[in-house]
Amino acid sequence: MYRLTTRTRAGTVTAITVPVFIVVALALPALASRGVMQDLFFILTMLTLAQIWNLLAGYGGLVSVGQQAFVGIGAYAMFAGVILLDWNPVLAIPLGGLAALVLAVPTAFFAFRLQGAYFAVGTWVIAEVTRLLVAQWKALGGGTGTSLPREATSSIMGTDAIRALFGVREAAARDVLAYWLALALVVAVTGGVYWLLRSRLGLALAAVRDNVDAAQSVGVDTGRLRWAVFLIAAAATGLTGALIFLQTARISPGAAFAVTDWIANVIFIVVIGGIGTIEGPILGVLVFFALRSALADCGSWYLMTLGLIAVVVMLFAPKGLWGLIASRSGLHLFPVRRRLTGPKIEGGI
Amino acid sequence: MKSIPPILEWRHDKGTEAPSFARAALSWPERGGAAMIWLDTLVQGALLGGLYALFAAGLSLVFGIMRLVNLAHGDLIILAAYLVLMGVTLLGLSPWIAALVAMPVMFALGWLLQAAVLNRVLGKDILPPLLVTFGLSVALQNGLLELFSADSRRIPAGALEGASLDLGLVTVGIMPLMTFASAIVTIIALNGLFYHTALGRAFRATSDDAVTAGLMGIEPKRIFAVATGIAMVVVTLAALYLGMRANFDPSIGPARLIYAFEAVIIGGLGSLWGTLAGGIIIGVAQTFGAALNPEWQILAGHIAFLTVMLLKPRGLFPRAVD
Repeated sequence: MYRLTTRTRAGTVTAITVPVFIVVALALPALASRGVMQDLFFILTMLTLAQIWNLLAGYGGLVSVGQQAFVGIGAYAMFAGVILLDWNPVLAIPLGGLAALVLAVPTAFFAFRLQGAYFAVGTWVIAEVTRLLVAQWKALGGGTGTSLPREATSSIMGTDAIRALFGVREAAARDVLAYWLALALVVAVTGGVYWLLRSRLGLALAAVRDNVDAAQSVGVDTGRLRWAVFLIAAAATGLTGALIFLQTARISPGAAFAVTDWIANVIFIVVIGGIGTIEGPILGVLVFFALRSALADCGSWYLMTLGLIAVVVMLFAPKGLWGLIASRSGLHLFPVRRRLTGPKIEGGI
Repeated sequence: MKSIPPILEWRHDKGTEAPSFARAALSWPERGGAAMIWLDTLVQGALLGGLYALFAAGLSLVFGIMRLVNLAHGDLIILAAYLVLMGVTLLGLSPWIAALVAMPVMFALGWLLQAAVLNRVLGKDILPPLLVTFGLSVALQNGLLELFSADSRRIPAGALEGASLDLGLVTVGIMPLMTFASAIVTIIALNGLFYHTALGRAFRATSDDAVTAGLMGIEPKRIFAVATGIAMVVVTLAALYLGMRANFDPSIGPARLIYAFEAVIIGGLGSLWGTLAGGIIIGVAQTFGAALNPEWQILAGHIAFLTVMLLKPRGLFPRAVD
């Protein structure tokens, strides 16, 4: 009996250890300090953005340099929900995802007319246009930005329960809540990407990535596929943006649409870790955070180093650090490749 | 005695009023001045387009020959501007001589960049070159920031800085005029190189089909290195004008890249005159946007680009096929 499966032994180990990790991570606020919570929040949100960009560029072949448009519009939509509509900040987060989804439709309509490298610059231009337009939005502070009102930040749903649970102050409770939401988001996004890649859509994506013509000839609708991936990625990026700026509670066009923070760092994480794998961004974000902590006092040298490392990785290990590990050890923690299993054929190929 | 005052008045009229007629008209909208303002905006915008075309010419050359999108192009312009500035401040050279000195340095840098780095990642997959040049862009930007600080600098141009030329209907600055003329000369020179020299023939052959060109005894990788070197010479010229016309600091590279890229795409792949047209469209859109509201300057340029892209996704004058 031969069966088509994606299951590997390492994959089974992952399936067992990941829930354990999640439970430990959920309980962590009871032990860890506020500084650790903030660091973890940063790591988790960057990992979310990296997984999304990896889905776009590594699997979907859509090298967007304009994801900061969706981070920014998501964050601004959340602020608009809180300040203009008087919503609870946590409930306003989905508004961020929705706004990003809405922005993604004209963006895709425009950018999909452009091929390859044109596409990259086209998305960048749209991000710039979005930033310049949002900077005209006087109700949300225009070019200088604004903060979440104190009434809103002090009444975020769930913080009272967290205060009672851990006996912490209001600001710390807000960090714990943001951390939990980031944890939920990263699990949902990573799990979602993993599920997507193992589904029919993932098979189609892999086919398109390897050979567009061959994929079309067996009935893959490449146009619809690109739309689907782009819209999903935009909505998830918008949610992440809203969450990031819920935690900072202060927004400005420069910060919300920052090229360095929301696309350069994200690209470096994916490239250094290993593009086109789920493990890559996870490894990449750890390397990124370690570098950032080590070079924190060195100002711009840190970004310069990061850029040069990305260039060196691209030149000598285009599959990133995880690619090196996987090719040496054959390890796949999140196996997506379909393999045929069954009895070995003696003397066969 | 009675006839003198009118003559004096007449002379006075002819001598001082007439030359400033254009400016007088500008300040009196009821005398058709509004039209003059728009004409002035149009001319200033077109001249600004010359600067953008200079930014874009090097990018267009590299893009046309090897389909390489160099995301570090803007930061290389800023690097060249600092090189010229160092020539002026440290060596005491005039900006023009400093640029002449910087050109071979930038050529060597471009050649090396292409030979040592970019040639390794060129291929069917556009992702590696995009990511490598993106990494370079960030590294270069932050390296410049460490070396030269975030202070904005300017290349001193002496008497040229404020000089202007009265063309009757409009008054134009000497510097923008020289920029525009340089853009045209650069494009003529590059086109001459492209269509009338052996090197240009090799460029075109490699652009059309690198593999077949290789069979005919051309080494595409060496051709690519020379092309990037030449692009860096053009970049130095662009940097000279950028630095003399306005303040610059290490962070402004990416914005120049975007303007340059918009000009290239509007113009159409492989057409240098198209690139000039693209630069003029961006420049005119920006000055008109700024005339309406200073905050709209950059936005108007981008919107012009998006509009052209929606109407003509391959640009206005596409020559090469993607």
